[in-house]
Amino acid sequence: MTSTPSNLRSPLAHARGLGSAKDGTEHWWSQRLTAIALVPLTIWFVFGVIRHLGADYAAFHAWIKSPFSAVMMILVAVVTFHHAQAGLQVVIEDYIHSEWRKLAALIAVKFLSFALALACVLAVAKIFIGA
Amino acid sequence: MANGSGRPLSPHLQIYKLPLTAVLSITHRVTGVGLAVGTLLLTWWLVAAAVSPEAFARAQGFIGSGFGLLLMFGWSAALYFHLCNGLRHLVWDAGKSFELADAERNNKIVLGAAAALTVLTWVVGLAVW
Repeated sequence: MTSTPSNLRSPLAHARGLGSAKDGTEHWWSQRLTAIALVPLTIWFVFGVIRHLGADYAAFHAWIKSPFSAVMMILVAVVTFHHAQAGLQVVIEDYIHSEWRKLAALIAVKFLSFALALACVLAVAKIFIGA
Repeated sequence: MANGSGRPLSPHLQIYKLPLTAVLSITHRVTGVGLAVGTLLLTWWLVAAAVSPEAFARAQGFIGSGFGLLLMFGWSAALYFHLCNGLRHLVWDAGKSFELADAERNNKIVLGAAAALTVLTWVVGLAVW
């Protein structure tokens, strides 16, 4: 150890390469990954919605009972909610400056996104299994 | 500038006329938040389809109503804008198209593509409905 270190960070902190945010590029990268995934998923979803605009219960069930449609619909729900909560997190962090309000909004968005995504997945699974 | 220092003032949002690139930037966020709210309708649709024919008919009835169709139109326009502008963000993430002329050209491509896709979707949608 030299008497005048040029870097005040510990060797471990230096190796981790993370700043005071305790976070690297994971959030940014997952937002991009989900964005790329949503391009084909969204196009499939829009066409699916168009084809079932006036569909009755039986026609809708026939659609979701196809394994491909069920998998795509679950992917649409999960990836959409993941992308939505990631984006809303950034918006909340940028515009809400009171710490407890920011935290409350973040928790609400995370919990709600998780619960709604799960509800969508369960709904698709239920239709697919025919329970 | 009028602050006496000879240095430029930072733009004041209520006076400064936002360039189109900045308008599209904030619109990306606004449509993103709107689409996030729209996931409530997606959840209702899927859960209703899993619950009963009556619940699904109610959800389909709402979507097919005047207000529902207005929401769907807004949803599709917001979705296509967010999709097209999102692709442009991915191009920026790749480190390309930062020149002012490129940005201004891409503004027009994003707006044109989003409008064209929205109209195309509704033409096809109303034709098959």
